[in-house]
Amino acid sequence: MKVDDWQNGGFGLYLHWPFCQAKCPYCDFNSHVSALIDQDRWKNAYLSEIARVGAQTQGRVLNTVFFGGGTPSMMEPSLVAAIIEKIRATWPTSNDMEVTLEANPTSVEAGRFQGYRDAGVNRISMGVQALNDNDLRRLGRLHSVAEARAAFDIARNTFDRVSFDLIYARQDQSADHWRAELSEALTMAIDHLSLYQLTIESGTAFGDRYERGKLRGLPDDDSAGDMYFITQELCEKAGMPAYEVSNHARPGSESRHNKIYWRYGDYAGVGPGAHGRVTIDGNRYATDTPLQPGAWLNSVEKTGSGEANSIALPLKDQVTEYLLMGMRLIDGISLSRYESLARKPLCHNKINELSEIGVVVHEGDNLRPTPQGLAVLNAVLRELLPE
Amino acid sequence: MTELKNIRNFSIVAHIDHGKSTLADRLIQLTGTVAERDMKEQLLDAMDIERERGITIKANTVRIEYPAKDGETYVLNLIDTPGHVDFAYEVSRSMQAVEGSLLVVDASQGVEAQTLANVYQAIDADHEIVPVLNKVDLPAADCDRVAEQIEDVIGIDATDAVRISAKTGIGIPDVLEAIVTRLPAPKGDRDAPLKAMLVDSYYDAYLGVVVIIRVIDGVIKKGDRIKMMRTGGLYPVDRLGVFRPAMQNIAELGPGEIGFLTASIKQVRDTRVGDTITHEKKGCTEPLPGFKPAQPVVFCGLFPVDSAEFEDLRDAIEKLALNDASFSYEMETSAALGFGFRCGFLGLLHLEVIRDRLEREYGIDLITTAPSVIYHVHMKDGTMQELHNPADMPDLTYVDHIEEPRIKATILVPDEYLGDVLKLCQDRRGIQQDLTYAGTRAMVVYDLPLNEVVFDFYDRLKSVTKGYASFDYQMIGYRADFLVKMQVLVNDEPVDALSTMVHRDRAEQRGRAMCEKLKELIPRHMFKIPIQAAIGGRVIARETLSAMRKDVTAKCYGGDATRKKKLLEKQKAGKKKMRQFGKVEIPQQAFINALKMDD
Repeated sequence: MKVDDWQNGGFGLYLHWPFCQAKCPYCDFNSHVSALIDQDRWKNAYLSEIARVGAQTQGRVLNTVFFGGGTPSMMEPSLVAAIIEKIRATWPTSNDMEVTLEANPTSVEAGRFQGYRDAGVNRISMGVQALNDNDLRRLGRLHSVAEARAAFDIARNTFDRVSFDLIYARQDQSADHWRAELSEALTMAIDHLSLYQLTIESGTAFGDRYERGKLRGLPDDDSAGDMYFITQELCEKAGMPAYEVSNHARPGSESRHNKIYWRYGDYAGVGPGAHGRVTIDGNRYATDTPLQPGAWLNSVEKTGSGEANSIALPLKDQVTEYLLMGMRLIDGISLSRYESLARKPLCHNKINELSEIGVVVHEGDNLRPTPQGLAVLNAVLRELLPE
Repeated sequence: MTELKNIRNFSIVAHIDHGKSTLADRLIQLTGTVAERDMKEQLLDAMDIERERGITIKANTVRIEYPAKDGETYVLNLIDTPGHVDFAYEVSRSMQAVEGSLLVVDASQGVEAQTLANVYQAIDADHEIVPVLNKVDLPAADCDRVAEQIEDVIGIDATDAVRISAKTGIGIPDVLEAIVTRLPAPKGDRDAPLKAMLVDSYYDAYLGVVVIIRVIDGVIKKGDRIKMMRTGGLYPVDRLGVFRPAMQNIAELGPGEIGFLTASIKQVRDTRVGDTITHEKKGCTEPLPGFKPAQPVVFCGLFPVDSAEFEDLRDAIEKLALNDASFSYEMETSAALGFGFRCGFLGLLHLEVIRDRLEREYGIDLITTAPSVIYHVHMKDGTMQELHNPADMPDLTYVDHIEEPRIKATILVPDEYLGDVLKLCQDRRGIQQDLTYAGTRAMVVYDLPLNEVVFDFYDRLKSVTKGYASFDYQMIGYRADFLVKMQVLVNDEPVDALSTMVHRDRAEQRGRAMCEKLKELIPRHMFKIPIQAAIGGRVIARETLSAMRKDVTAKCYGGDATRKKKLLEKQKAGKKKMRQFGKVEIPQQAFINALKMDD
């Protein structure tokens, strides 16, 4: 029997909770601030959507669930429990199904951790962002370093698997400063770290300030590059090497959910602004939903579907997505899988040229970025993408 | 047909923005030549580029009927001449076709270098010159000072200068009266064999080639069979007329008259400015003196950015060439740029006009290579080769010496910028010929190599003088100098489109500047790129463009795939605006910008 391409990557469910206590100035995710959130109404909508996508993907084994946001740690544990219960009733799940929830490191939220664990969450990803109070304020975070550490301690005592995020290449941050901060973070780390270079996105408060020339003290590309390589070096020494551009883990503790994206598996997206890639009858569909929380709720309640678009992806687009996601992994991509999507092999001259300048390694069926290549992945991809 | 004594033919000499076109508009308006409702600004500038840039490229004529104070009605023919040094020959022919000139000077600005060059052409053509001070209504106008300047600098009497404001209409009747009373009537013999000058020509989609002529002797009628004496072409006259400024048919044109003819001529190329038109039978024997075939002086390569557009470029260039005899082209192949054309132009403005038209009217993105002049390469065997393209430089072992074209540049500049101008000219290997003062402005004359001027001299001059300098030049001939071909190697590969001829003493400096420029212009690659300038095999300057250190998206999860895919595809498409040299991609604008020197 012919195996659909997605099966090489697995199947996961992404749930988007669109609310935050406050909008961070660097964040371009779909997040909203709202005083009144009717969690029951949201529960019904999520359960209805799970039933809908469940019907499309009947019989598949679900490997992972990811509660992202926004700030999903604003969800009542009972809401999370109801959702996970519905999920288990909808799909057969793998024995070790990974269920991750993103959390802000405040005392209020830490108080719900036990409840999440009881609901079935087995992995927490915390947005610590910086280990420096001044920088936390500049990043618009509502917590202090001490608060984050306290929340983190509760998390590690509640969950086996805890990850946290830091942002580097911040305003006025030097390479030495980052080295010290990351060393400290590594002493706290359990099994996983996401370390992102600050990216100024248009449409954010930082983006506006940057365009007006008011966002000062950002490191230039070369020093940001230095910080990236320091990150690789320190994490590797600490036994948490990169497995993706910005993600580091003890071997075996990688985020299985995120690896579904990078290995270009299938994922269903539920909630406002959630994207999905779902293979139905041999076609891979790109799905999305209304961005506005109210619009999504209305759509689910009135029409029984929160889906805004569902487009059968042409193979060419699948090839591009496979490359751009897959080459983010240290493990890279499978050339035979590329060939079966592209209906032709990846250009050998290109591979050779890129190998010669030391940005990729080609071994048998495997093509992967070198550490140098990963740092300039956009340039590598500009070469590799089909014409 | 009009009596000779009732004809006045004239041109208007002025610097850009001194009000030539506005004055022409007023003359046309005041004499009722064009109905009020049909008036639009700058009636005579037909092409979009002419209107936009405020320059005239083609000669235009208009016939005005003016009832003068003496009770007689006069026919006034105005020839609007091209106003730029690139078209000096065309200007000289237009000047030969009339007997007098109005010298229009902005009373708030004074005489400019361009005015000088054109007024000298008028003087060379034995014109009677009537000075006209324009913009007298402006608060900054200083008529007495400017009149004095005209006398000092140009050496003509300006006591009776007509004071006008073309914008408001002040003094326009005085101009008309001065044309009649102060300019001479043309001379000519109605019974002599036909002798007419081809003043200019252009292509009209409905009529074919329209030829502007000035009849010297004899009479030309519709149906006559005519002969172009220089090209030998024979044609029957289909249509004869005058511009008012709309075309108006006329039965015949006699001595002293200016008008147009059409004669089933297919290409503008078949009509040469300055040619003599006579009858096929019983024609005149001697052509008019002063004819020169069009001589391109500046050359550059034009290549399509997208090599698939080569055929489109060929079509476009062929079409443009039909209407412009002074523009030459031949196919060129460059290792780096693929197929394109080596094109010759009368000057830099001409180059820009043609390039603009190709890009604008034909929608082709172009790479323009470094403009080059024509070098005379004298070989050891005594022969001489004309070098239009540095890439074609012969092997040095066979070369005896190289000569380059030189110009006489006239620059008028306010005193406070004089030092900067002298430095600029000196840096460009200039030899000072003259330095005089007219009031607070200095007039500097330099002997300069044309190749130091073709590229960005005028831009530099404008920038060091904050736009206050005016500049004009004429070719003065060839002179030997120590010239070498400088090659540029990017990642050890020679890029022929960046080769230039430079003076040996300036080579290191130019090479360094060019390598530094290229280092800024070429985006970083995944590997480091040496950029070198070399003469022969010897490297004289070197820069290294370091490898890009980091270019990766920090966050890319399931929800980002669509957006990041679009972003990457856009970036990938952006690469098509670059040219591949070995492994290196060079952006299109780098070819021109690499040569711009900041001095």
